[in-house]
Amino acid sequence: MTELYEQQRAMRAMRKTAMQRGVIAILDIGTSKIGCLVLRFDGNDRVAANDGVGSLAGQSGFRVIGAATTRSRGVRFGEIDAMQETERAIRTAIQAAQKMANMRVDHVIVTFSGANPRSYGVAGEVDVAGTAVTEDDIARVMASCDVPDFGEGREVIHAQPVNFALDHRSGLSDPREQVGKTLAVDMHLLTIDAATVRNVAYCIKRCDLELAGLASSSYTAGLASLVEDEQELGAACIDMGGGSTGVSIFMKKHMIYADSVRLGGDHVTSDISKGLQIPMATAERIKTFYGGVFATGMDDREMIEIGGDTGDWEHDRRTVSRSELIGIMKPRVEEILEEVRARLDAAGFDHLPSQQIVLTGGASQIPGLDTLAPRILGQQVRIGRPLRVQGLPQAATGAAFASAVGLCLFAASPQDEWWDFDIPAESYPARSLRWAVKWFKDNW
Amino acid sequence: MQSLIANRGAPHTQSVKRDPAPSRWAYRIHRIWLTPVYRAMLRVGLPSFILLFAAGWYISNPTNRFAIVETVSEIRRSVETRPEFAVKLMAVEGASPVLDHAIRDIVAVEFPVSSFDLDLEALQAQISAFDVVQDVALRIRPGGVLEVAVTERTPVIIWRHASGIDMLDATGHRVASLKDRGSRPDLPLIVGPGAGAAVAEARAILEAAGPIAPRLRGLVRVGERRWDLVLEPDQRIMLPEIAPIAALEQVLALDEAQDVLARDLTHIDMRNPARPTLRMTQPAVEELRRIRSLDNGER
Repeated sequence: MTELYEQQRAMRAMRKTAMQRGVIAILDIGTSKIGCLVLRFDGNDRVAANDGVGSLAGQSGFRVIGAATTRSRGVRFGEIDAMQETERAIRTAIQAAQKMANMRVDHVIVTFSGANPRSYGVAGEVDVAGTAVTEDDIARVMASCDVPDFGEGREVIHAQPVNFALDHRSGLSDPREQVGKTLAVDMHLLTIDAATVRNVAYCIKRCDLELAGLASSSYTAGLASLVEDEQELGAACIDMGGGSTGVSIFMKKHMIYADSVRLGGDHVTSDISKGLQIPMATAERIKTFYGGVFATGMDDREMIEIGGDTGDWEHDRRTVSRSELIGIMKPRVEEILEEVRARLDAAGFDHLPSQQIVLTGGASQIPGLDTLAPRILGQQVRIGRPLRVQGLPQAATGAAFASAVGLCLFAASPQDEWWDFDIPAESYPARSLRWAVKWFKDNW
Repeated sequence: MQSLIANRGAPHTQSVKRDPAPSRWAYRIHRIWLTPVYRAMLRVGLPSFILLFAAGWYISNPTNRFAIVETVSEIRRSVETRPEFAVKLMAVEGASPVLDHAIRDIVAVEFPVSSFDLDLEALQAQISAFDVVQDVALRIRPGGVLEVAVTERTPVIIWRHASGIDMLDATGHRVASLKDRGSRPDLPLIVGPGAGAAVAEARAILEAAGPIAPRLRGLVRVGERRWDLVLEPDQRIMLPEIAPIAALEQVLALDEAQDVLARDLTHIDMRNPARPTLRMTQPAVEELRRIRSLDNGER
């Protein structure tokens, strides 16, 4: 636990260095594409970051100066599967982004969707002896949380305090300088497979970069796609990626639950490929051009050439109707959404006051999804796109870039996490030290 | 299942279109290239280093150095020998024929010559070395003429001293030598060591001695401090060191009144202006004594 704490602190220190240098790269390792954005921090907004929400929701402090995407290789279900291939893909993306930015980048923040994220809500409570709550007390109360047994090979990627309670007043967002007897905290832990983190770290190291942060793409997609009132009142963000679909629930501007379904757009493509006996590339192409989830009478007449290069005339001149294509795609999309529904139910999403669900990610662009999704997920469903950030090229503003854009926001204004507070000083006798300080203050 | 071992040359793998990716080294070099220090070094530092190194290597070879010097002097020569810069003749203005001849002798330049090769300052120094030349200006006139404008000194006085007879100008500077005094009878004569240094004073005295000019033979500098005025029938007016003109005017006034200079005197001693003293000739003295003895004894 302490080791992880140190690792995360080291990454946070690295991020600070990068902020001072003013340039940081954002890397979204997805199953279908790897995207890299280069951010430049101008620094004019950083000072005011503490005074509530800054101008442009705190995004005026940075600007995207480089952006590149490349087809992902060697990634399955959002996890690195073939290290060499993934490394090459990361290199391609980073080099192209650097070239566009005309600037060398040394620090990179990574997001990925896989690695079986699992959420835990933990609570802690300490006695603060009727004095004003200090930052030290907050560190203590977070350290006092009873951490569940994650299991072998799991690591905490996010540990965010979502709620503070002082005596009987709950729902405090910042208890510092308030007076009370008992300070309690609710913390949201998100754990992922350690092996995946290790693989990502290794790939980044092979690219001569420093890993300055990790984030779950479910979380960052939620940051980018949910508007402010949705984050405040409670909403779920479904990030439909290529290899996995991330689910995150936000409440009171904090992520309170995250999960991922190991199904995504690539499965739809592979269904088409298998069903129509065509290569994956062709299947991907006709999915994006002609795909949909609701067939109409018109679609029966719209024939799609699916081709082939076998040399057999009959085989190479095959056509399917768009209805057939939709007939292949729809069950799979329904399956994904049902799986998401099951995860949301398991998380108790139907007990939240607001049932808003936002679909985002590349697979959310299937036409007709806005009609299909409400049948499974409930009425309050919308298709979301990430919010605009300064300097983002038009090509990178689509729903597929939700988690990359969210990561920009995460880099610009990170939420306080457990490791942002110092280790509570309980290992050494604090009283005697405090007494010594007092003696010095009194006598000098 | 994709083969774990990269392309063994099997034909079917070649048809698979690979995604382009930079090699590790290409990636690293690209990153280095994006580093500002390296960029500046490669774009500015390296080319300038190569240039300097090449230039240094080229110059370090003595043959090349010689060739450079050769080429430079060649180019210089070709410019200098252009007809626009050629000086074809010399014109001397304001000089007497003798001086003209002397100047042409001393300026040992073979015309035509390039104006770059003419050292006008040295020529000016050479020509100024002539005593007769008071001032000389040299310039190259358009059309390739070396113009020498000379101002000659005008002799105002003749100085006879131990080693010969010189003509001096108003400042006391020697103008030329004379074989004998008779060749310039129009000029007054001064004699004696140190006389040449007091020409101005001598001229003032000569001017003051206008009324007796026909009888004047010259001025003698005595002891390098005062003047003697020498008159025709062996008479001398000895002037004082201080205010000699006033003393001379005193003598002239005396001459005017009593016709002193027509008397039988050898010297009028004005060295002490308050007590003018006369020295008579020997016959005059005897005559005087005889007259006095007549007065005394014969009576």
